[in-house]
Amino acid sequence: MSNAVSALSGAEFQGIAHVKEQGLIGMITLRGDFASDAFKAAAEAVSGCALPEVRKITVADNGNRLAWMSPDEMLLVCDHGAAPQAVADLTERLGGEHSMVVNVSDARAVFRIEGEKCREVVAKVAPVDMADFGVDDFRRTRFAQVPAAFWMSGAESVDVVCFRSVAQYMFDLLSVAAQEGSEVGVY
Amino acid sequence: MSTRLATGGRLLDKTKAVEFQFNGKRLKGYAGDTLASALLANDQMMVGRSFKYHRPRGVVASGAEEPNALFNMGQGAKFEPNQRATTTELFSGLYATSQNHWPTLEFDIGAINTLLARFLPAGFYYKMFMYPRTFWKHVYEPFVRQSAGLGKAPDAETKDADTYEHFYFFADVTVIGGGVAGLQAAKVAAKSGQKVLLIEQTSAWGGRAAVDGGEVDGQPVADWIDATIAELDAMENVTLRLRTMASGVYDHGYVLGYERVTDHQPDVTGPRHRLWRIRAGHIVTATGAIERPLSFAGNDVPGVLLAAAVRDYAVNWGVSIGDRTVVVTNNDNAYRTAITLKELGLEVPAIIDARAEGGGALADKARDMGIRVENGKAVVKVKGTKRVEGVAIGLQAGEGAVLETIKCEAVAMSGGWSPVVHLWSHCGGKLIWDEAEAHFRPDPDRAPKGDAGQAFVTCAGSASGAMGLGDVLADATSAGAKATGKRKPKAPAGDARDEAPMAPVWMMPQGAGAKLKMKMWLDPQNDVKVSDVQLAAREGYESVEHTKRYTTLGMATDQGKLSNINGLAILSDALNQPIPQTGTTTFRPPYTPISMGAIAGEARVATFQPIRRTPMQDWHEGQNPFFEPVGHWRRAYCYNRPGETHGQAVEREINQTRNSLGLLDASTLGKLIVKGPDAGKFLDMLYTNMMSTLIPGKCRYGLMCTENGFLSDDGVVARIDEDTFLCHTTTGGAERIHAHMEEWLQTEWWDWKVYVANVTEQFAQVAVVGPNARKLLEKLGGMDVSKEALGFMEWADGQIGGFDARVYRISFSGELSYEIAVPASQGAAFWNALMEAGEEFGVMPYGTEALHVMRAEKGFIMIGDETDGTVIPQDLGLNWAISKKKEDYLGKRAQERSHMADPNRWKLVGLETVDGSVLPDGAYAVADGKNENGQRNVQGRVTSTYYSPTLKKGIAMGLVHRGPDRMGEVIEFPTIGGANVKARIVDPVFYDKEGEKQNV
Repeated sequence: MSNAVSALSGAEFQGIAHVKEQGLIGMITLRGDFASDAFKAAAEAVSGCALPEVRKITVADNGNRLAWMSPDEMLLVCDHGAAPQAVADLTERLGGEHSMVVNVSDARAVFRIEGEKCREVVAKVAPVDMADFGVDDFRRTRFAQVPAAFWMSGAESVDVVCFRSVAQYMFDLLSVAAQEGSEVGVY
Repeated sequence: MSTRLATGGRLLDKTKAVEFQFNGKRLKGYAGDTLASALLANDQMMVGRSFKYHRPRGVVASGAEEPNALFNMGQGAKFEPNQRATTTELFSGLYATSQNHWPTLEFDIGAINTLLARFLPAGFYYKMFMYPRTFWKHVYEPFVRQSAGLGKAPDAETKDADTYEHFYFFADVTVIGGGVAGLQAAKVAAKSGQKVLLIEQTSAWGGRAAVDGGEVDGQPVADWIDATIAELDAMENVTLRLRTMASGVYDHGYVLGYERVTDHQPDVTGPRHRLWRIRAGHIVTATGAIERPLSFAGNDVPGVLLAAAVRDYAVNWGVSIGDRTVVVTNNDNAYRTAITLKELGLEVPAIIDARAEGGGALADKARDMGIRVENGKAVVKVKGTKRVEGVAIGLQAGEGAVLETIKCEAVAMSGGWSPVVHLWSHCGGKLIWDEAEAHFRPDPDRAPKGDAGQAFVTCAGSASGAMGLGDVLADATSAGAKATGKRKPKAPAGDARDEAPMAPVWMMPQGAGAKLKMKMWLDPQNDVKVSDVQLAAREGYESVEHTKRYTTLGMATDQGKLSNINGLAILSDALNQPIPQTGTTTFRPPYTPISMGAIAGEARVATFQPIRRTPMQDWHEGQNPFFEPVGHWRRAYCYNRPGETHGQAVEREINQTRNSLGLLDASTLGKLIVKGPDAGKFLDMLYTNMMSTLIPGKCRYGLMCTENGFLSDDGVVARIDEDTFLCHTTTGGAERIHAHMEEWLQTEWWDWKVYVANVTEQFAQVAVVGPNARKLLEKLGGMDVSKEALGFMEWADGQIGGFDARVYRISFSGELSYEIAVPASQGAAFWNALMEAGEEFGVMPYGTEALHVMRAEKGFIMIGDETDGTVIPQDLGLNWAISKKKEDYLGKRAQERSHMADPNRWKLVGLETVDGSVLPDGAYAVADGKNENGQRNVQGRVTSTYYSPTLKKGIAMGLVHRGPDRMGEVIEFPTIGGANVKARIVDPVFYDKEGEKQNV
């Protein structure tokens, strides 16, 4: 895997918040019937996370995260290197259950916005009420002109996922939104 | 002469002098000044020339309603025209120039128009420019372009040096306007615990009350304002924002707020404007009221101001418009101006009150102060041109006989007050005509309605028609309670209004003749006079909307804030109907103009539009190729070498690929995984051909149609296992087809067990093409890619040169070809490995143009070239890809309609020019005769046309009437140059018809 590189190789920007591309992150699209015991058991066993409620994200002791994407889709976030095995494990555990498990790690880019003003940076580009956005919240939305999803990776830290092809746009966008002197001062 | 007073100026910080430039002159103001107050403090009475007649114009108002004081602001990359001086806070180094004059403000050639005013009446442009028709292009249009607009357009090549941003905000209650009404409504709403946003367009809280004074609960109103702000500021659930104008109210409680972040401090780092995109549970508009001008002759002469504005300049900025101010009014409120001026030691020679009965308590107070008050009188006309020199006084009931001339430097006029109903009206709030105040005010029973039929806008204070401090506070208290749905608390006690009734006065004097009416300005910015509106009525204009457009009343950048009511009163009078019957024009956002930059927000320069990049994009950019947009991707069209034209580069790339080895970055092609027990059934419905019979390990080319039968997308489908397919789509079709699949699964076949995932970006995909393609892969090693192990239209997983790869043996070029998908994170490394290993075969990357030419040589269609949304697969001779065994597929029934099955449809053929030249793209083949529109009949058109380096001549495909039945026939294509090109109808496959080369 020495050939593997993320979209922007850890590009960074410092303004009213710190923006950094997070390198390679494992991600798995998991679709199925949430009401099914087999689905629930497989998802929880392989991810180590509890099944999240609507528009929520849960975290496991090993740092894995499981996010609610739609009424029949979850997103498992894990180490990049662990994704292929997790796909295999999920597929095996789900067996004949109608479901879909796909490794989408390389289709994505991940950014972290860190700092006291991280919520303001998000609210400049995403139509989301950041005033009450909690650490267990998860949102699929848009960041300006591209689709994105995000969650709070800490009290003052937001992780944003977008498609790999628009990583440069996302980085430029977040850098503009985090430009010096652009504090809004509402949260 | 206007000047700065020694005392006064509650908004000024006189310890901070500020230098600025106006028309090249260096002038001085203070921190807290607006550009307008600073100019007036420097006796700059004349601030611009009017739009049509180039008449001298001065400041009229003190706020957002100002029609005249518009300037070119800034220079170079910070230049912006039409900036309103009354809302521009002064800063050190401000650079402004006046507009609409040549050569100078004081001496303007265009002012000759004022002498021609008789010949430039309402509708002049409509009447004049109709005839003769031929004059339009060479005489009228250049003339109109030259004289159109007030300010200069910014230089087209200059980029705005500032940055802008948006901000999404959510509030239970959004209160618009930070006067006493807004403060009280916000306070009531905030105390309920709801989340409140309060925005104010100016840089100071308090609105008019701060100037006009009075008492609230026994304390001066200024103290109440300070205390309320402090209280609100301390509340967690309240957000306060100055310099933020609500530009529009939209459905579902959406409000646009325009915050001017650094306009007043341009040296500070940060965005210039911020557009607040606010979602509010309830909106309270506490936007106050605007004073109306009076229509008397010469009411546009510099030095004639609204009465309240005169008061504002004196109290807020310590500016006197002149030593002697004549007040002319039809209401009591304007007496405050006289009293204020007198208290400041200035002279008020007379108050001209149009009401025969005169005023109430305020009038008595004025008289007690020794001011002369004249009841039942009118200003017949204003003396002076570039500044006021005096007023001629007559009887309001008369026709304009001058009884007396009074010398003065300023005229303070007041025609009554109109509530600012714009925001209320944006979403359909209705108005009622208030006879007593002669204004339209919001009808609380007909509010803008939300999704459940609930009112989502409430007006508070003067904006709802409440006049007087006590009424304003009571009304605002109700509004705050209504916004939260909570019980109304006790309202603070404000001064009761003690005023005599106003009298509607729409023209002064009421019996003025034509000569005076031609000098009574209704809309000073667009130069519309009383006589223009009356002319429009005489010419048959009855609708206020039509009259507005005919006369241009209220169509300037101030949107008629001062002129609308006066204009429609004149119109109603001319039409002999009551004002409510005439109605108002439509109020639309923005309330005042907002910058284009704020609308664009961050979407400029690098973030203007997302550009999608493949994992190999850096490598491509390193070759400095010619890029073309394909969807949001940028794909290399061709990789020019130094000195090569595009044509030469394309030819080289094709020859190399056909003779040895070429590489194409095919990562942009859509890749959709379709999985589930019903996946085969699903794909049988989506594609015209049969996909359920595909064997795992095999590939099949498929066509997708809309339910109307038209070809929508194409691509190769690979069956991965019993339950799983991978569908390739076109580059532009990936997201669209993904959505198409989801739509059918979610809305029509929701009970089918199928999941779809878009994995387009998970993989980097490279087409390895040419007779040496297999040799290259064998050299890298890792899996068997022989014909026996991996035949044409088969796929296999394995390793290529150590990379995990899925290899498809598919060909869009007609050559031996492998399309290899590797994880996107390894795409760049894989590409490098192929380039390095391919060196011995002279490997070259090829671009999209080579791809297009090679597919055209093979007669392969391209979605978007051969199709345009009106083409069915049968038109393209693709019947072989349409299953006859299937009971149904999307588009099947549509394709059976008579017109679709008509043998007379234009069908795909190859076209070969007789002289070997390249046909122009999109050219039409002509047929005999003309159609009913007198146009030449046509019988076909070119869909793809190229120079083929392989065949060394022009080749083309086209849709031709009954084309396949007419092989060998020669048809003619007229070109733009006039000459006809002859082309022979041939088979569309120009190269390797048997497909031997791809199947080796």
